[in-house]
Amino acid sequence: MDVIIGLEIHVQLATRTKLFCRCRADYFAAEPNTLTCPVCLGMPGALPVPNRKAVEYALRVAFALGSEVQPRSQFDRKNYFYPDLPKGYQITQRAVPLAVGGELVYLLDGEERRVRIRELHIEEDAGKLIHTPDGALVDMNRCGVPLVEIVTEPDLRAPREAREFLRALRTLLRHLGVSNADMEKGELRCDANLSLSQDGELGTKVEIKNLNSFRGVERALAKAAQAQAEPLSRGERVMQATYGWDETRGELLLQRQKEEAHDYRYFPEPDLVPLELSPEFLAQVKEGMPELPWARRDRFVSQYGLSARDAEVLLAEPTLADYFEQVAAGVGDGREAANWVLSEVLRYWREGPPVPAGELAELIRRVRAGRVSRTNAKQVLEEAAEGGRSLLELLESRALEQVSDEEELRRLAREAIAAHPQAAADFRAGKAQALGFLVGQVMRATRGRADAKKLSQILRELLTE
Amino acid sequence: MIDDRVMARIEQLAGLELSPEEREALKADLTRILDYFQKLSELDTQGVPPFEPLPGQVNAWREDEPAESLAQGESLANAPEQEAGYFKVPRVFGEP
Repeated sequence: MDVIIGLEIHVQLATRTKLFCRCRADYFAAEPNTLTCPVCLGMPGALPVPNRKAVEYALRVAFALGSEVQPRSQFDRKNYFYPDLPKGYQITQRAVPLAVGGELVYLLDGEERRVRIRELHIEEDAGKLIHTPDGALVDMNRCGVPLVEIVTEPDLRAPREAREFLRALRTLLRHLGVSNADMEKGELRCDANLSLSQDGELGTKVEIKNLNSFRGVERALAKAAQAQAEPLSRGERVMQATYGWDETRGELLLQRQKEEAHDYRYFPEPDLVPLELSPEFLAQVKEGMPELPWARRDRFVSQYGLSARDAEVLLAEPTLADYFEQVAAGVGDGREAANWVLSEVLRYWREGPPVPAGELAELIRRVRAGRVSRTNAKQVLEEAAEGGRSLLELLESRALEQVSDEEELRRLAREAIAAHPQAAADFRAGKAQALGFLVGQVMRATRGRADAKKLSQILRELLTE
Repeated sequence: MIDDRVMARIEQLAGLELSPEEREALKADLTRILDYFQKLSELDTQGVPPFEPLPGQVNAWREDEPAESLAQGESLANAPEQEAGYFKVPRVFGEP
């Protein structure tokens, strides 16, 4: 039996305003019903005016996926009654979507996989409901926020593939600068279709709605596949159905069986004229596209000499990739910058860098110049990251500047030899470890600031004179 | 044709519960309305696009610049019921 999965993904576009009115779209922390107007509240006579930026953002996604942009698309009404939608219809694109076709290549266990895209269109979001025992509370702040819906072909063959595909899509969306695509905040939402095919024959499709975490996508699909496999193996039919997903209990919730399928009575939105995208406009949008993550990955490998794997990790978040490039520019060595960012900075990364790129670059430069030891540098970085303090101020206040001055080291070495004649004698008698002991004594006296390499050279010189 | 089956479907979609008398009256009204619009099918629409809101006009979009929204109190002014800044509606079953 083969598992066959297709996804419908809703992405909230990070425009400043809603899709059809000038209410602000950043509803996340806003008081309920403070970002509304006659248009998004569905007042009679109010007319929608499309947000050009939303169209541009959707086009960026279309171009990145290699979709074919329709030179002329239109808006349609999808009619349904639900309290989250005051107009009684959602404005979407159905008959002629913004773009069709395309694909996204993602990595599964280091191997390239591709998922074909069926279509991509623009639509408006609905409001939010809070269910209470004696009714429902409605917040219309989200109503009318622009979404782009991406529909894939049923090319995914395992729940894990769906998860990784979504991760790759989120990375792409963030690099494109069109959405924060945070699933927890509902900026990226996913409906999944799943069927099991037996002997090449396609089985009954079930739909799972509103998956809002990567883990949830994988778990819900695994549950649905399992739920289908059992009746099929007994030779029974699978019911066509729509499910919700209870993340905390890890259970599918039956929402409806297909017999009561809705009739959305789609028709062209009479309040909006078609979108006609001139070649000049499309060229202008293409011009403004940020560098795509896969192109950037190749550049990281060729320009900085990074491994494909390291490049991949840095590119998971565009902010991390940008940070790395700033550090690399400051240090003048991409590999060294990548080493520091991946091994030291990443563990303190919380939504953003623990220390400014310029300060980290300065620290790395000092280590490379032998002015600060690597161990001390890491320690200061940790303190700066966890205490939220300035890295450079910490460096200055701790007097961590490495002692690498010849004369000073020579003086310290002489002191150590004078204080530990036995160790000196041992070394001269052929006990090589005794040198390590003397180095340790100087390190202790300088609280680790002595340049260990130069110091042992000097000690060796003095002892063999 | 508006028969009982179609009426039942429309009632379901509209979220209405009709008495038998209301149903018969609406059935007759809807049948008359449909018959009236049948006249349109006498027209030759060969080569005419199915729909165009304002012939020749396209795009009519705006820049992404925020404007003042309504105050919460204004938004909720016409609501039959409200609670803590939210519109309040009767209990909702199912999903859209």
